[in-house]
Amino acid sequence: MRIRRSIKDTRGEGALFRRRALAGFVLILLGLCVLVSRFHFLQVTRHDEFAIRSTNNSVKPRVIPPARGLIYDRNGVLLADNVPAFRLEVIPDKISDMPALLAELGKVVPLGQDDLDAFRKQLKQSRRFDSVPLKMRLTEDEIDRFAVNRWRFPGVDVVPYLTRRYPLGALFAHVVGYVSRIDADDLDRLDPIRYKGTSHVGRTGLERSYEDMLHGTPGYELDEVNADGRIQQVLETHPPIPGRNLYLSIDARIQKAAEAAFDGRPGAAVAIDPRNGQVLAMVSVPAFDPNLFVNGISQADYSALTNDPAKPLVNRALKGVYPPGSTVKPLLALGGLEDGVRKPGDTVLSTGQFCLPGHARCYRDDERYGNGTVNMVRAIELSTNTYFYKLALDLGIDRLSEWMSRFSFGGKTGIDLVGESEGILPSREWKAAHYKVPWFPGDTVISGIGQGFWAVTPLQLGHAVATLAGHGVPYQPRLVMATKAVTEAQPQPLANPAAGPSLISKDSNWDVINEGMRAVITGGTGKGLNNGFPYLIAGKSGTAERFSRTTEAYNTNKNSAYLAARHRAWFEAYTPTDDPQIAAAVVLESGAWGAQDAGPIVRKIFDAWVVYAKGGPPPVDVPLPKPGAPPGNAAPDQAAPAQSVPAEDVPADASSSDGATP
Amino acid sequence: MIETMHVRLSRFLRRTLTRPRIDLPLALGLFALATVGLITLYSAGDENMALVGGQAGRFVLGAALLLLISRIPPSVLRNWTPWLYAGSTALLVVVAVLGEGRGADRWLNLGVMRFQPSELLKLTMPMMVAWYLHPRQLPPKWKDIAVVGVLIAIPAALIAKQPDLGTALLVSAAGAFALFLSGMAWWRIGLLVGAVGGMIPVGWHFLHQYQRDRVLTLLNPESDPLGNGWHIIQSQIAVGSGGVFGKGWQHSTQSRLDFLPEHTTDFIFAVFSEEFGLIGVIGIMLLYAFIIGRCLWIAMEARDTYSRLLAGAIGMSFFVYVFVNGGMVAGMLPVVGVPMPMISYGGTSAVSLLVGFGVLMSIHANRKTHE
Repeated sequence: MRIRRSIKDTRGEGALFRRRALAGFVLILLGLCVLVSRFHFLQVTRHDEFAIRSTNNSVKPRVIPPARGLIYDRNGVLLADNVPAFRLEVIPDKISDMPALLAELGKVVPLGQDDLDAFRKQLKQSRRFDSVPLKMRLTEDEIDRFAVNRWRFPGVDVVPYLTRRYPLGALFAHVVGYVSRIDADDLDRLDPIRYKGTSHVGRTGLERSYEDMLHGTPGYELDEVNADGRIQQVLETHPPIPGRNLYLSIDARIQKAAEAAFDGRPGAAVAIDPRNGQVLAMVSVPAFDPNLFVNGISQADYSALTNDPAKPLVNRALKGVYPPGSTVKPLLALGGLEDGVRKPGDTVLSTGQFCLPGHARCYRDDERYGNGTVNMVRAIELSTNTYFYKLALDLGIDRLSEWMSRFSFGGKTGIDLVGESEGILPSREWKAAHYKVPWFPGDTVISGIGQGFWAVTPLQLGHAVATLAGHGVPYQPRLVMATKAVTEAQPQPLANPAAGPSLISKDSNWDVINEGMRAVITGGTGKGLNNGFPYLIAGKSGTAERFSRTTEAYNTNKNSAYLAARHRAWFEAYTPTDDPQIAAAVVLESGAWGAQDAGPIVRKIFDAWVVYAKGGPPPVDVPLPKPGAPPGNAAPDQAAPAQSVPAEDVPADASSSDGATP
Repeated sequence: MIETMHVRLSRFLRRTLTRPRIDLPLALGLFALATVGLITLYSAGDENMALVGGQAGRFVLGAALLLLISRIPPSVLRNWTPWLYAGSTALLVVVAVLGEGRGADRWLNLGVMRFQPSELLKLTMPMMVAWYLHPRQLPPKWKDIAVVGVLIAIPAALIAKQPDLGTALLVSAAGAFALFLSGMAWWRIGLLVGAVGGMIPVGWHFLHQYQRDRVLTLLNPESDPLGNGWHIIQSQIAVGSGGVFGKGWQHSTQSRLDFLPEHTTDFIFAVFSEEFGLIGVIGIMLLYAFIIGRCLWIAMEARDTYSRLLAGAIGMSFFVYVFVNGGMVAGMLPVVGVPMPMISYGGTSAVSLLVGFGVLMSIHANRKTHE
């Protein structure tokens, strides 16, 4: 530094700087001259023109917000519509004393604390001359009283708008979602021009994921105003372009039947058309009334919903993750065939327990002395754990998880909703990222029966069953099948081409799995589910132990049996087997056994589908075992807790999950 | 120890008030500008005294900070410079990670107040460039120019990403002016400007759609009657209808009848031009030129390279405000959020401008003793 300093020519630098500063100043003066010459151009050369435009300037544009697109089910049943309403708006720029105004205004139009809080929040974030909504959905009485007192409140106005209404309420709360008032965060991300005059934006569900289509484009009118700014006449109108209407592939009646089948028990169901990925029903129980959210939910209502232990605000179909249990067995069997690890006739001897070579620790079957010698079809029918332990080991975890990932396990199905959970697909990479211990062979063994790290959403399983039912051709699930602009005569279908080639190389492989899942219905856990039904059903049950067994409200629920408190009941099925047109997955959070508790729900969805989609007569109701009764003589699903090693092995803590006896 | 600290602090504060170290012509220029600003604001804000009072409060706060900073010697500022630069850049990163605000993530909430870290860079940027160039051999060669380029580019990119193109422009200009004043050879400047010009088509792709729209709207304002096009048309009507002598104070019809949006903030100069005409515009431009010229004068008188470059850069970046805001109001430049200095209402810009002038006052007080 010192050396540097010594060769620095300080005096020369000073002179250099002076020259530069002068040059800079000259440039700045030139710049200011350019600016002044522009003002000269406007104020002298074009003065006459602008003076005339100024005196004649009595035209103001006023934005006309677009009407939001409507939402229909596949048959044109209205799920979301717009109804006219009035709201109170305040222009902050025109108010000198806001607290006094609010106090005075509150005497004319009652203002709740929620209104005031929302208003203050938005006030902070808004520009002074943009009007801020104060109270939504005024009653006629309130409008009248304000009209009489209006002269006292300059800068406050009653403004008509369209508010959203969901006629079917809770039935579509999780699918359609809801709109709510635009808040400060929305102002950051929304195009200010497109949303001028709009007070609501899609918050959840399709209202959110299709916001861009539903919103439309605002129009404007040119108003002639007098010196006070009051509108004298409308000179020109450029009408807004309303948002596009959406047509869901869901049939509201099937949706209703699916919801009713749960009878209020927490759970979720997804039914998909395997031929195109169209969602036919998507239910999450319990739900909530989306209309509460549209004009600002009250604090009391909101805390009631968030504090409800049954979590009605969570879309279980999309975001609930559960261990899949035995429902993955048919998919794993298919993987064994496709990878050439198994032939359909290969048999395994099930003795009641399966021991890893070289390890003393063993994994149990459900039957004390096993199912005897079983081939693939029989193993699916009886849900023979030993068969799938061995299959998982022979495939190895890498091939197993690669195969399963093709069904979107551990990833997103790509449905047209925001916020899908990915669940967990067991793999070396996943475990390495989350635990400090390596992958053990025991992890592979229990992954073969849908236990261990496994976690899937009902949507993922529904998508997987649909992919299987559709002979392996994957389609991304779609809720919206068509959209329509008001100017169009017919709804325009949304294309949803297959997401890839079929996962199945030989149709004979599919036939084996289909036969196994048929056998579940004819002789296995799903026995009786086909009674009185016009088409052949194929399916598979699953019963998985819950991750957490210590807390949660279900344990304190008096009428839930011990098992019911501990198990997730699954059932997956499709029909007709010769040409599958509907596939469904159902999870029941507090079911005892997959087949007997979740199976009837699938059947009720299929019944509704027969009536409403196929136009058939209602299938005759079939007597089914009562909930809570023992599983009868049908082979029970895996993991009876009294004797189940694998179930106890579910690694909440990884240290004991190596599957080896100490 | 605490007592001596206390004593020193109170002596510092007392001297700040009793023996202010300010340059009178510059202080008078700023005072005149602030007065014009308040008078215009009174009219543009529809005689709203709360608005004028708030703005006057900002001026008082800014003047107090100006006096305080004028007592900090430039050598101390120079020692702090790398830390101040690093700190303000770090705040930009913090804002980028967890910022909040309307229209852009550029605010940091301090609990009592929210402020924009990018505001700090308007001062710390030229400080840093001056600090870097201070011990080097001048005029700078490519290596030093490249280092300065990086010093400018990092915060400028963070600010542009917020997105706040206006401030990014001001901050980079402040740094670039320090480089220019250091005597960077004209042929190098020419090459660099040419290269930047060549990058414009590339930069276009990185702009947000709304930013592109602003530029395109400038070419055809009628295409956008609800947004910026309306601003541009109404602002030009206001300016043009003012004529040579203006419509007179409080006689701006454009703002009074609410035709001109943002008429107290970004577009306040349109109200000024409408009320005071071309005469007023020329007058205020002369005032701005005087202030900038005085800043450069102080820079020439400064004791060392650091002070010279810093003072010059602060003065010259004042011009960028005026040119960008004036050009926007006159429909010559696209709509970006750059205020007219000391006249536009609100924000932290009035305060940060006066803090910058505080540094100039300090440099003035520590000028070369004599030749």
